[in-house]
Amino acid sequence: MSLTSYFMEATYLVASVLFILSLKGMSRPETARRGMFLAEGGMLAAIIGTLVGQHIVTWGWIIAGLTLGSLVGAWMAVSVPMTAMPQRTALSHAFGAFAAALVGVGEFLTHGAEMGAVTRGALGFEVMLGALTTTGSLIAAGKLQGVIGGKPIQFRGQNAINLAICLAMTGSFLFFWMHPETVAAFYSMLGLAFVFGVMLVIPIGSADMPVVMSLLNSYAGLAAAATGFVLGNNVLIIAGTLDGFSGFILSVLMCKAMNRSITNVLFGGFGSVIAEAAAETGGVMREITLDDAAMQLAFASRVVFVPGYGLATAQAQHAVRELAELLEGRGVTIKYAIHPVAGRMPGHMNVLLAEANVPYSALYEMEQINPEFPSTDVVVVIGANDVVNPDARDNPKSLIAGMPILEVDRARSVIVLKRGQGRGFSGLENPLFFKACTTMLYGDAKASLAHLAQAIQHV
Amino acid sequence: MNPPVLIASIYVFALAAFLGYQVISRVPPLLHTPLMSATNAISGISLIGSLVLAGAGNSRLAHILGFVAVTTATVNVVGGFGITDRMLKMFGKRLDRKAPIAPGSK
Repeated sequence: MSLTSYFMEATYLVASVLFILSLKGMSRPETARRGMFLAEGGMLAAIIGTLVGQHIVTWGWIIAGLTLGSLVGAWMAVSVPMTAMPQRTALSHAFGAFAAALVGVGEFLTHGAEMGAVTRGALGFEVMLGALTTTGSLIAAGKLQGVIGGKPIQFRGQNAINLAICLAMTGSFLFFWMHPETVAAFYSMLGLAFVFGVMLVIPIGSADMPVVMSLLNSYAGLAAAATGFVLGNNVLIIAGTLDGFSGFILSVLMCKAMNRSITNVLFGGFGSVIAEAAAETGGVMREITLDDAAMQLAFASRVVFVPGYGLATAQAQHAVRELAELLEGRGVTIKYAIHPVAGRMPGHMNVLLAEANVPYSALYEMEQINPEFPSTDVVVVIGANDVVNPDARDNPKSLIAGMPILEVDRARSVIVLKRGQGRGFSGLENPLFFKACTTMLYGDAKASLAHLAQAIQHV
Repeated sequence: MNPPVLIASIYVFALAAFLGYQVISRVPPLLHTPLMSATNAISGISLIGSLVLAGAGNSRLAHILGFVAVTTATVNVVGGFGITDRMLKMFGKRLDRKAPIAPGSK
Protein backbone atom coordinates (compact mmCIF):
# COMPACT_ATOMS: atom_id res chain seq x y z
CA MET A 1 0.00 0.00 0.00
CA SER A 2 1.31 3.43 -0.87
CA LEU A 3 1.67 6.28 1.57
CA THR A 4 -1.30 8.15 0.11
CA SER A 5 -3.49 5.08 0.57
CA TYR A 6 -2.51 4.94 4.24
CA PHE A 7 -3.34 8.60 4.55
CA MET A 8 -6.75 8.00 2.94
CA GLU A 9 -7.54 5.09 5.25
CA ALA A 10 -6.50 7.21 8.23
CA THR A 11 -8.89 10.00 7.23
CA TYR A 12 -11.68 7.42 6.90
CA LEU A 13 -11.00 6.15 10.39
CA VAL A 14 -10.98 9.68 11.76
CA ALA A 15 -14.23 10.44 9.92
CA SER A 16 -15.93 7.33 11.34
CA VAL A 17 -14.97 8.26 14.90
CA LEU A 18 -16.07 11.86 14.41
CA PHE A 19 -19.46 10.80 13.00
CA ILE A 20 -20.15 8.66 16.05
CA LEU A 21 -19.01 11.39 18.43
CA SER A 22 -21.22 13.90 16.64
CA LEU A 23 -24.31 11.74 17.14
CA LYS A 24 -23.34 11.29 20.76
CA GLY A 25 -23.35 15.08 21.05
CA MET A 26 -26.94 15.05 19.85
CA SER A 27 -28.07 13.65 23.20
CA ARG A 28 -28.20 17.19 24.61
CA PRO A 29 -29.13 20.52 23.01
CA GLU A 30 -26.07 22.13 24.62
CA THR A 31 -23.59 19.79 22.92
CA ALA A 32 -25.46 19.13 19.69
CA ARG A 33 -24.02 22.01 17.71
CA ARG A 34 -20.43 21.21 18.65
CA GLY A 35 -21.16 17.63 17.65
CA MET A 36 -22.15 18.76 14.19
CA PHE A 37 -18.86 20.59 13.72
CA LEU A 38 -17.13 17.28 14.40
CA ALA A 39 -19.24 15.58 11.74
CA GLU A 40 -18.49 18.35 9.25
CA GLY A 41 -14.78 17.97 10.01
CA GLY A 42 -15.08 14.22 9.51
CA MET A 43 -16.76 14.68 6.16
CA LEU A 44 -14.12 17.15 5.00
CA ALA A 45 -11.34 14.80 6.09
CA ALA A 46 -12.92 11.90 4.18
CA ILE A 47 -13.27 14.02 1.04
CA ILE A 48 -9.66 15.22 1.17
CA GLY A 49 -8.45 11.71 1.92
CA THR A 50 -10.31 10.37 -1.10
CA LEU A 51 -9.00 13.04 -3.44
CA VAL A 52 -5.44 12.40 -2.27
CA GLY A 53 -5.56 8.63 -2.01
CA GLN A 54 -7.54 7.60 -5.07
CA HIS A 55 -6.14 7.71 -8.55
CA ILE A 56 -8.06 10.73 -9.73
CA VAL A 57 -7.27 11.42 -13.36
CA THR A 58 -9.86 13.99 -14.40
CA TRP A 59 -10.62 16.86 -12.06
CA GLY A 60 -13.06 18.83 -14.18
CA TRP A 61 -16.16 16.82 -13.37
CA ILE A 62 -15.30 16.68 -9.67
CA ILE A 63 -14.78 20.41 -9.33
CA ALA A 64 -17.92 21.17 -11.32
CA GLY A 65 -20.01 18.78 -9.22
CA LEU A 66 -18.66 19.98 -5.90
CA THR A 67 -19.21 23.62 -6.85
CA LEU A 68 -22.70 23.17 -8.21
CA GLY A 69 -23.73 20.93 -5.30
CA SER A 70 -22.33 23.33 -2.72
CA LEU A 71 -24.16 26.26 -4.26
CA VAL A 72 -27.51 24.46 -4.38
CA GLY A 73 -26.97 22.98 -0.91
CA ALA A 74 -26.01 26.30 0.64
CA TRP A 75 -28.96 28.00 -1.00
CA MET A 76 -31.29 25.35 0.40
CA ALA A 77 -29.74 25.58 3.86
CA VAL A 78 -30.19 29.33 4.02
CA SER A 79 -33.52 29.80 2.31
CA VAL A 80 -35.77 26.97 3.47
CA PRO A 81 -38.27 28.05 6.14
CA MET A 82 -38.64 25.81 9.20
CA THR A 83 -42.21 24.93 8.26
CA ALA A 84 -40.85 23.40 5.05
CA MET A 85 -38.28 21.31 6.91
CA PRO A 86 -40.03 17.97 6.18
CA GLN A 87 -40.07 18.65 2.41
CA ARG A 88 -36.46 19.72 2.47
CA THR A 89 -35.41 16.64 4.39
CA ALA A 90 -37.35 14.42 2.00
CA LEU A 91 -35.65 16.09 -0.98
CA SER A 92 -32.31 15.63 0.68
CA HIS A 93 -33.05 11.92 1.16
CA ALA A 94 -33.82 11.77 -2.55
CA PHE A 95 -30.53 13.45 -3.47
CA GLY A 96 -28.44 11.23 -1.21
CA ALA A 97 -30.15 8.05 -2.36
CA PHE A 98 -29.85 9.06 -6.01
CA ALA A 99 -26.11 9.53 -5.57
CA ALA A 100 -25.86 6.05 -4.06
CA ALA A 101 -27.88 4.56 -6.93
CA LEU A 102 -25.70 6.34 -9.52
CA VAL A 103 -22.51 5.14 -7.87
CA GLY A 104 -23.98 1.66 -8.12
CA VAL A 105 -24.72 2.07 -11.82
CA GLY A 106 -21.24 3.48 -12.39
CA GLU A 107 -19.69 0.58 -10.52
CA PHE A 108 -21.69 -1.82 -12.69
CA LEU A 109 -20.48 -0.06 -15.85
CA THR A 110 -16.82 -0.03 -14.87
CA HIS A 111 -16.35 -3.22 -12.84
CA GLY A 112 -19.51 -5.20 -13.57
CA ALA A 113 -17.64 -7.93 -15.38
CA GLU A 114 -15.17 -8.84 -12.63
CA MET A 115 -17.51 -8.61 -9.63
CA GLY A 116 -17.85 -11.52 -7.24
CA ALA A 117 -21.18 -12.87 -6.08
CA VAL A 118 -21.17 -11.03 -2.75
CA THR A 119 -20.31 -7.70 -4.31
CA ARG A 120 -23.04 -8.21 -6.92
CA GLY A 121 -25.54 -8.88 -4.14
CA ALA A 122 -24.52 -5.72 -2.32
CA LEU A 123 -24.66 -3.80 -5.60
CA GLY A 124 -28.23 -4.99 -6.13
CA PHE A 125 -29.28 -3.77 -2.70
CA GLU A 126 -27.51 -0.48 -3.19
CA VAL A 127 -29.18 0.19 -6.53
CA MET A 128 -32.66 -0.97 -5.48
CA LEU A 129 -32.69 0.89 -2.15
CA GLY A 130 -31.15 3.96 -3.74
CA ALA A 131 -33.62 4.07 -6.60
CA LEU A 132 -36.78 3.41 -4.60
CA THR A 133 -35.74 5.93 -1.96
CA THR A 134 -35.15 8.52 -4.66
CA THR A 135 -38.62 8.38 -6.17
CA GLY A 136 -40.34 7.62 -2.85
CA SER A 137 -38.76 10.68 -1.25
CA LEU A 138 -39.66 12.85 -4.23
CA ILE A 139 -43.30 11.80 -3.91
CA ALA A 140 -43.18 12.40 -0.15
CA ALA A 141 -41.68 15.86 -0.72
CA GLY A 142 -44.38 16.58 -3.32
CA LYS A 143 -47.12 15.60 -0.90
CA LEU A 144 -45.65 17.66 1.93
CA GLN A 145 -45.22 20.67 -0.33
CA GLY A 146 -48.77 20.29 -1.60
CA VAL A 147 -47.69 19.78 -5.22
CA ILE A 148 -49.33 16.36 -5.07
CA GLY A 149 -52.53 16.05 -3.05
CA GLY A 150 -51.90 14.97 0.54
CA LYS A 151 -54.78 12.51 0.42
CA PRO A 152 -53.84 8.86 0.02
CA ILE A 153 -54.06 7.75 -3.63
CA GLN A 154 -55.65 4.32 -3.66
CA PHE A 155 -57.30 2.03 -6.12
CA ARG A 156 -58.62 -1.48 -6.25
CA GLY A 157 -55.95 -4.16 -6.25
CA GLN A 158 -53.24 -1.70 -5.26
CA ASN A 159 -51.52 -4.02 -2.83
CA ALA A 160 -51.59 -6.82 -5.42
CA ILE A 161 -50.00 -4.54 -8.04
CA ASN A 162 -47.38 -3.37 -5.56
CA LEU A 163 -46.61 -6.94 -4.67
CA ALA A 164 -46.24 -7.80 -8.36
CA ILE A 165 -43.83 -4.89 -8.90
CA CYS A 166 -41.86 -5.88 -5.82
CA LEU A 167 -41.65 -9.49 -7.01
CA ALA A 168 -40.61 -8.44 -10.50
CA MET A 169 -37.92 -6.21 -9.02
CA THR A 170 -36.64 -8.98 -6.76
CA GLY A 171 -36.79 -11.40 -9.70
CA SER A 172 -34.68 -9.08 -11.86
CA PHE A 173 -32.23 -8.75 -9.02
CA LEU A 174 -31.90 -12.52 -8.61
CA PHE A 175 -31.53 -12.99 -12.36
CA PHE A 176 -28.82 -10.35 -12.50
CA TRP A 177 -27.14 -11.94 -9.50
CA MET A 178 -27.03 -15.36 -11.13
CA HIS A 179 -26.31 -14.11 -14.66
CA PRO A 180 -24.18 -10.96 -14.29
CA GLU A 181 -23.70 -10.74 -18.05
CA THR A 182 -27.40 -9.91 -18.61
CA VAL A 183 -27.34 -6.16 -18.68
CA ALA A 184 -31.10 -6.03 -19.22
CA ALA A 185 -31.78 -7.64 -15.83
CA PHE A 186 -29.74 -4.95 -14.08
CA TYR A 187 -31.56 -2.10 -15.78
CA SER A 188 -34.99 -3.65 -15.32
CA MET A 189 -34.18 -3.95 -11.60
CA LEU A 190 -33.22 -0.29 -11.57
CA GLY A 191 -36.35 0.81 -13.44
CA LEU A 192 -38.71 -1.29 -11.34
CA ALA A 193 -37.13 0.09 -8.15
CA PHE A 194 -37.89 3.63 -9.34
CA VAL A 195 -41.51 2.64 -10.00
CA PHE A 196 -41.79 0.76 -6.71
CA GLY A 197 -40.68 3.86 -4.77
CA VAL A 198 -43.56 5.84 -6.26
CA MET A 199 -46.10 3.09 -5.61
CA LEU A 200 -44.93 2.68 -2.03
CA VAL A 201 -45.58 6.29 -1.04
CA ILE A 202 -48.66 7.38 -3.02
CA PRO A 203 -51.16 5.43 -0.87
CA ILE A 204 -49.93 7.11 2.31
CA GLY A 205 -51.66 10.22 3.66
CA SER A 206 -49.83 13.35 4.84
CA ALA A 207 -50.63 12.67 8.48
CA ASP A 208 -48.59 9.46 8.34
CA MET A 209 -45.60 11.29 6.89
CA PRO A 210 -43.52 11.15 10.12
CA VAL A 211 -43.30 7.36 9.70
CA VAL A 212 -42.61 7.51 5.97
CA MET A 213 -39.93 10.16 6.40
CA SER A 214 -38.19 8.04 9.02
CA LEU A 215 -38.36 4.93 6.85
CA LEU A 216 -36.97 6.73 3.81
CA ASN A 217 -34.22 8.11 6.03
CA SER A 218 -33.43 4.56 7.02
CA TYR A 219 -33.42 3.30 3.40
CA ALA A 220 -31.15 6.13 2.28
CA GLY A 221 -28.71 5.15 5.00
CA LEU A 222 -28.84 1.46 4.14
CA ALA A 223 -28.22 2.32 0.48
CA ALA A 224 -25.05 4.12 1.55
CA ALA A 225 -24.05 1.15 3.71
CA ALA A 226 -24.58 -1.20 0.75
CA THR A 227 -22.34 1.12 -1.30
CA GLY A 228 -19.72 0.55 1.37
CA PHE A 229 -19.98 -3.19 0.84
CA VAL A 230 -19.65 -2.78 -2.93
CA LEU A 231 -16.58 -0.53 -2.68
CA GLY A 232 -15.13 -2.34 0.33
CA ASN A 233 -15.16 0.94 2.21
CA ASN A 234 -15.71 0.92 5.97
CA VAL A 235 -16.51 4.58 6.50
CA LEU A 236 -19.43 4.22 4.08
CA ILE A 237 -20.64 1.16 5.95
CA ILE A 238 -20.41 2.92 9.31
CA ALA A 239 -22.01 6.22 8.25
CA GLY A 240 -24.73 4.45 6.28
CA THR A 241 -25.53 2.07 9.10
CA LEU A 242 -25.77 4.90 11.62
CA ASP A 243 -28.26 6.66 9.33
CA GLY A 244 -30.14 3.44 8.64
CA PHE A 245 -30.56 2.67 12.31
CA SER A 246 -31.43 6.20 13.24
CA GLY A 247 -34.23 6.15 10.70
CA PHE A 248 -35.37 2.76 11.86
CA ILE A 249 -35.50 3.80 15.53
CA LEU A 250 -37.45 6.92 14.61
CA SER A 251 -39.96 4.92 12.55
CA VAL A 252 -40.58 2.60 15.49
CA LEU A 253 -41.04 5.56 17.83
CA MET A 254 -43.46 7.25 15.44
CA CYS A 255 -45.48 4.07 14.99
CA LYS A 256 -45.67 3.64 18.74
CA ALA A 257 -46.87 7.21 19.09
CA MET A 258 -49.76 6.34 16.77
CA ASN A 259 -50.22 2.82 18.13
CA ARG A 260 -49.92 1.35 14.66
CA SER A 261 -47.62 -1.14 13.03
CA ILE A 262 -45.32 -0.18 10.17
CA THR A 263 -47.26 -2.57 7.90
CA ASN A 264 -50.47 -0.80 8.79
CA VAL A 265 -49.02 2.61 7.94
CA LEU A 266 -47.54 1.39 4.65
CA PHE A 267 -50.43 -0.69 3.39
CA GLY A 268 -53.40 0.40 5.51
CA GLY A 269 -54.21 3.70 3.80
CA PHE A 270 -55.53 5.19 7.04
CA GLY A 271 -57.86 8.13 6.70
CA SER A 272 -59.44 7.19 3.40
CA VAL A 273 -62.17 4.73 4.27
CA ILE A 274 -63.04 5.94 7.72
CA ALA A 275 -65.73 8.53 7.14
CA GLU A 276 -68.68 6.26 7.81
CA ALA A 277 -67.10 4.72 10.88
CA ALA A 278 -67.25 7.89 12.93
CA ALA A 279 -69.74 7.40 15.72
CA GLU A 280 -71.94 10.32 16.64
CA THR A 281 -71.27 11.66 20.06
CA GLY A 282 -74.15 13.44 21.68
CA GLY A 283 -73.95 16.87 23.19
CA VAL A 284 -73.16 20.35 22.05
CA MET A 285 -69.97 22.24 21.63
CA ARG A 286 -69.93 25.36 23.75
CA GLU A 287 -68.45 28.43 22.18
CA ILE A 288 -66.46 30.89 24.26
CA THR A 289 -66.06 34.61 23.61
CA LEU A 290 -62.63 36.17 23.30
CA ASP A 291 -63.07 38.19 26.47
CA ASP A 292 -64.09 35.19 28.55
CA ALA A 293 -61.16 33.21 27.23
CA ALA A 294 -58.79 36.08 27.95
CA MET A 295 -60.20 36.35 31.47
CA GLN A 296 -59.69 32.63 32.10
CA LEU A 297 -56.10 32.75 30.91
CA ALA A 298 -55.21 35.95 32.73
CA PHE A 299 -56.36 34.62 36.09
CA ALA A 300 -54.97 31.11 35.73
CA SER A 301 -51.79 30.08 37.46
CA ARG A 302 -50.85 27.14 35.24
CA VAL A 303 -51.49 27.12 31.52
CA VAL A 304 -50.44 24.45 29.02
CA PHE A 305 -50.42 25.03 25.28
CA VAL A 306 -50.97 22.02 23.04
CA PRO A 307 -49.79 22.87 19.53
CA GLY A 308 -50.75 20.68 16.58
CA TYR A 309 -49.96 20.86 12.91
CA GLY A 310 -52.78 23.38 12.53
CA LEU A 311 -50.57 25.83 14.42
CA ALA A 312 -47.90 25.49 11.77
CA THR A 313 -50.28 25.81 8.83
CA ALA A 314 -51.70 28.98 10.40
CA GLN A 315 -48.11 30.28 10.91
CA ALA A 316 -49.11 31.03 14.50
CA GLN A 317 -45.88 30.03 16.29
CA HIS A 318 -44.87 33.62 16.98
CA ALA A 319 -48.39 34.58 18.04
CA VAL A 320 -48.48 31.80 20.62
CA ARG A 321 -45.08 32.78 22.01
CA GLU A 322 -46.19 36.41 22.32
CA LEU A 323 -49.32 35.38 24.17
CA ALA A 324 -47.27 33.11 26.41
CA GLU A 325 -44.80 35.88 27.28
CA LEU A 326 -47.64 38.21 28.11
CA LEU A 327 -49.12 35.63 30.46
CA GLU A 328 -45.74 34.88 32.00
CA GLY A 329 -45.42 38.58 32.69
CA ARG A 330 -48.61 38.27 34.75
CA GLY A 331 -47.14 35.38 36.73
CA VAL A 332 -48.73 32.50 34.86
CA THR A 333 -46.63 29.36 34.48
CA ILE A 334 -46.57 28.33 30.83
CA LYS A 335 -45.71 24.93 29.44
CA TYR A 336 -46.01 23.43 25.99
CA ALA A 337 -47.13 19.82 25.55
CA ILE A 338 -45.62 18.20 22.48
CA HIS A 339 -47.08 14.97 21.13
CA PRO A 340 -44.50 12.85 19.25
CA VAL A 341 -46.47 13.08 16.00
CA ALA A 342 -47.47 16.72 16.35
CA GLY A 343 -45.73 17.73 13.12
CA ARG A 344 -44.95 16.25 9.73
CA MET A 345 -41.65 14.69 10.76
CA PRO A 346 -40.23 13.51 14.08
CA GLY A 347 -39.55 16.45 16.38
CA HIS A 348 -40.91 18.98 13.87
CA MET A 349 -43.05 20.90 16.39
CA ASN A 350 -40.05 21.48 18.67
CA VAL A 351 -38.16 23.07 15.79
CA LEU A 352 -41.09 25.29 14.85
CA LEU A 353 -41.48 26.55 18.41
CA ALA A 354 -37.74 26.98 18.87
CA GLU A 355 -37.70 29.14 15.76
CA ALA A 356 -40.36 31.34 17.36
CA ASN A 357 -38.00 31.78 20.36
CA VAL A 358 -39.90 29.51 22.70
CA PRO A 359 -37.29 28.30 25.23
CA TYR A 360 -36.84 24.55 24.89
CA SER A 361 -37.02 24.19 28.67
CA ALA A 362 -40.74 25.00 28.32
CA LEU A 363 -41.33 22.16 25.83
CA TYR A 364 -42.61 19.00 27.49
CA GLU A 365 -42.92 15.51 26.09
CA MET A 366 -46.13 13.56 26.44
CA GLU A 367 -44.95 11.33 29.31
CA GLN A 368 -43.68 14.33 31.25
CA ILE A 369 -46.74 16.49 30.92
CA ASN A 370 -49.59 13.99 31.23
CA PRO A 371 -49.39 13.70 35.04
CA GLU A 372 -49.53 17.50 35.27
CA PHE A 373 -52.85 18.04 33.50
CA PRO A 374 -55.06 17.50 36.59
CA SER A 375 -53.33 20.45 38.27
CA THR A 376 -53.48 22.64 35.17
CA ASP A 377 -56.01 25.48 35.14
CA VAL A 378 -56.34 26.07 31.43
CA VAL A 379 -55.20 24.01 28.46
CA VAL A 380 -55.16 25.79 25.11
CA VAL A 381 -55.37 23.35 22.20
CA ILE A 382 -54.20 24.99 18.98
CA GLY A 383 -54.84 23.14 15.75
CA ALA A 384 -54.50 19.69 17.34
CA ASN A 385 -57.27 17.11 17.25
CA ASP A 386 -56.53 13.40 17.26
CA VAL A 387 -53.62 13.66 19.68
CA VAL A 388 -56.01 14.98 22.33
CA ASN A 389 -58.93 12.67 21.51
CA PRO A 390 -59.96 10.89 24.74
CA ASP A 391 -61.64 8.16 22.66
CA ALA A 392 -58.17 6.73 22.04
CA ARG A 393 -57.99 5.98 25.75
CA ASP A 394 -61.65 5.34 26.66
CA ASN A 395 -63.32 3.76 23.66
CA PRO A 396 -61.79 0.41 22.67
CA LYS A 397 -63.86 0.45 19.47
CA SER A 398 -62.38 3.71 18.29
CA LEU A 399 -60.14 3.57 15.23
CA ILE A 400 -57.38 5.25 17.15
CA ALA A 401 -57.93 3.13 20.29
CA GLY A 402 -54.70 2.65 22.18
CA MET A 403 -52.91 5.59 20.59
CA PRO A 404 -51.16 7.46 23.39
CA ILE A 405 -52.72 10.90 23.81
CA LEU A 406 -52.18 14.10 25.71
CA GLU A 407 -54.79 13.78 28.44
CA VAL A 408 -55.96 17.37 28.32
CA ASP A 409 -59.50 16.39 29.34
CA ARG A 410 -58.16 15.91 32.89
CA ALA A 411 -57.37 19.63 33.18
CA ARG A 412 -59.77 22.03 34.90
CA SER A 413 -60.71 23.71 31.67
CA VAL A 414 -59.80 23.39 28.01
CA ILE A 415 -60.03 26.04 25.31
CA VAL A 416 -59.88 24.60 21.80
CA LEU A 417 -58.82 26.96 19.02
CA LYS A 418 -60.30 25.64 15.86
CA ARG A 419 -60.95 26.91 12.37
CA GLY A 420 -64.46 25.45 12.19
CA GLN A 421 -66.47 22.50 13.35
CA GLY A 422 -64.70 19.95 11.12
CA ARG A 423 -62.99 16.74 12.10
CA GLY A 424 -59.34 15.71 12.30
CA PHE A 425 -57.42 13.87 9.60
CA SER A 426 -58.89 10.56 10.67
CA GLY A 427 -62.40 11.94 10.31
CA LEU A 428 -63.17 10.96 13.88
CA GLU A 429 -65.55 12.78 16.17
CA ASN A 430 -63.62 14.13 19.14
CA PRO A 431 -65.57 13.75 22.44
CA LEU A 432 -63.19 16.24 24.05
CA PHE A 433 -65.05 19.03 22.27
CA PHE A 434 -68.31 18.02 23.97
CA LYS A 435 -66.99 17.73 27.51
CA ALA A 436 -68.25 20.08 30.19
CA CYS A 437 -64.76 21.46 30.78
CA THR A 438 -64.21 22.30 27.11
CA THR A 439 -65.04 25.51 25.29
CA MET A 440 -64.42 26.28 21.63
CA LEU A 441 -62.90 29.44 20.20
CA TYR A 442 -63.49 29.44 16.45
CA GLY A 443 -61.41 31.26 13.87
CA ASP A 444 -57.96 31.39 12.38
CA ALA A 445 -55.46 30.36 15.07
CA LYS A 446 -53.05 33.22 14.42
CA ALA A 447 -55.78 35.87 14.57
CA SER A 448 -57.40 34.31 17.64
CA LEU A 449 -54.10 34.24 19.52
CA ALA A 450 -53.36 37.86 18.61
CA HIS A 451 -56.83 38.94 19.71
CA LEU A 452 -56.44 37.01 22.95
CA ALA A 453 -53.18 38.83 23.62
CA GLN A 454 -54.88 42.17 23.03
CA ALA A 455 -57.80 41.27 25.27
CA ILE A 456 -55.46 40.15 28.06
CA GLN A 457 -53.68 43.48 28.01
CA HIS A 458 -57.02 45.10 28.86
CA VAL A 459 -57.94 42.70 31.66
CA MET B 1 -14.70 -8.97 -2.15
CA ASN B 2 -12.79 -11.96 -0.76
CA PRO B 3 -14.13 -13.82 2.29
CA PRO B 4 -11.87 -12.31 5.00
CA VAL B 5 -12.70 -8.77 3.82
CA LEU B 6 -16.37 -9.63 3.66
CA ILE B 7 -16.33 -11.00 7.20
CA ALA B 8 -14.51 -7.92 8.45
CA SER B 9 -17.10 -5.73 6.70
CA ILE B 10 -19.93 -7.63 8.33
CA TYR B 11 -18.28 -7.09 11.72
CA VAL B 12 -18.05 -3.38 10.99
CA PHE B 13 -21.70 -3.32 9.95
CA ALA B 14 -22.89 -5.19 13.04
CA LEU B 15 -20.85 -3.09 15.44
CA ALA B 16 -21.93 0.14 13.77
CA ALA B 17 -25.56 -0.98 14.02
CA PHE B 18 -25.16 -1.75 17.71
CA LEU B 19 -23.34 1.50 18.40
CA GLY B 20 -25.88 3.45 16.36
CA TYR B 21 -28.71 1.97 18.38
CA GLN B 22 -27.00 2.85 21.66
CA VAL B 23 -26.12 6.40 20.66
CA ILE B 24 -29.32 7.30 18.86
CA SER B 25 -31.76 6.00 21.44
CA ARG B 26 -30.29 8.63 23.79
CA VAL B 27 -31.27 11.51 21.54
CA PRO B 28 -34.27 13.32 23.07
CA PRO B 29 -37.43 13.82 20.94
CA LEU B 30 -36.68 17.54 21.16
CA LEU B 31 -33.81 17.00 18.72
CA HIS B 32 -35.32 14.38 16.43
CA THR B 33 -35.66 16.71 13.44
CA PRO B 34 -32.02 17.88 13.62
CA LEU B 35 -31.04 14.24 14.19
CA MET B 36 -32.71 13.13 10.99
CA SER B 37 -31.23 16.02 9.10
CA ALA B 38 -27.76 15.30 10.52
CA THR B 39 -27.75 11.55 9.89
CA ASN B 40 -28.97 12.33 6.39
CA ALA B 41 -26.04 14.67 5.85
CA ILE B 42 -23.66 12.07 7.24
CA SER B 43 -25.01 9.41 4.89
CA GLY B 44 -24.08 11.83 2.11
CA ILE B 45 -20.70 10.14 2.62
CA SER B 46 -21.56 8.27 -0.56
CA LEU B 47 -20.01 11.44 -1.98
CA ILE B 48 -16.62 9.74 -1.70
CA GLY B 49 -17.82 6.95 -3.96
CA SER B 50 -19.13 9.56 -6.38
CA LEU B 51 -15.77 11.37 -6.40
CA VAL B 52 -13.99 8.22 -7.48
CA LEU B 53 -16.54 7.59 -10.20
CA ALA B 54 -16.28 11.15 -11.53
CA GLY B 55 -12.51 11.35 -11.33
CA ALA B 56 -11.29 7.84 -12.03
CA GLY B 57 -14.08 6.34 -14.11
CA ASN B 58 -12.94 4.86 -17.41
CA SER B 59 -15.61 6.17 -19.75
CA ARG B 60 -17.39 9.38 -20.63
CA LEU B 61 -20.65 7.91 -19.34
CA ALA B 62 -19.03 7.03 -15.98
CA HIS B 63 -17.72 10.58 -15.69
CA ILE B 64 -21.13 12.06 -16.34
CA LEU B 65 -22.86 9.72 -13.89
CA GLY B 66 -20.13 10.58 -11.41
CA PHE B 67 -20.64 14.29 -11.96
CA VAL B 68 -24.38 14.00 -11.29
CA ALA B 69 -23.71 11.84 -8.23
CA VAL B 70 -21.11 14.28 -6.88
CA THR B 71 -23.57 17.13 -7.37
CA THR B 72 -26.52 15.46 -5.63
CA ALA B 73 -24.37 14.06 -2.81
CA THR B 74 -22.82 17.49 -2.24
CA VAL B 75 -26.27 19.07 -2.09
CA ASN B 76 -27.12 16.45 0.51
CA VAL B 77 -24.00 17.09 2.57
CA VAL B 78 -23.81 20.89 2.38
CA GLY B 79 -27.57 21.43 2.61
CA GLY B 80 -27.93 18.87 5.38
CA PHE B 81 -25.17 20.20 7.61
CA GLY B 82 -26.16 23.79 6.91
CA ILE B 83 -29.78 23.33 7.88
CA THR B 84 -28.91 21.19 10.91
CA ASP B 85 -26.68 23.94 12.17
CA ARG B 86 -29.44 26.49 11.60
CA MET B 87 -31.83 24.41 13.68
CA LEU B 88 -29.35 23.72 16.47
CA LYS B 89 -28.53 27.41 16.68
CA MET B 90 -32.19 28.03 17.49
CA PHE B 91 -32.07 25.52 20.29
CA GLY B 92 -28.87 27.00 21.66
CA LYS B 93 -29.71 30.67 21.61
CA ARG B 94 -32.11 30.61 24.55
CA LEU B 95 -29.59 29.22 26.98
CA ASP B 96 -28.41 32.65 28.04
CA ARG B 97 -31.84 34.25 28.04
CA LYS B 98 -34.20 32.56 30.46
CA ALA B 99 -37.90 33.15 30.31
CA PRO B 100 -38.98 35.91 32.70
CA ILE B 101 -40.46 34.53 35.89
CA ALA B 102 -42.71 36.97 37.65
CA PRO B 103 -43.05 36.95 41.42
CA GLY B 104 -45.85 34.80 42.75
CA SER B 105 -45.61 32.22 40.02
CA LYS B 106 -44.46 28.72 40.75
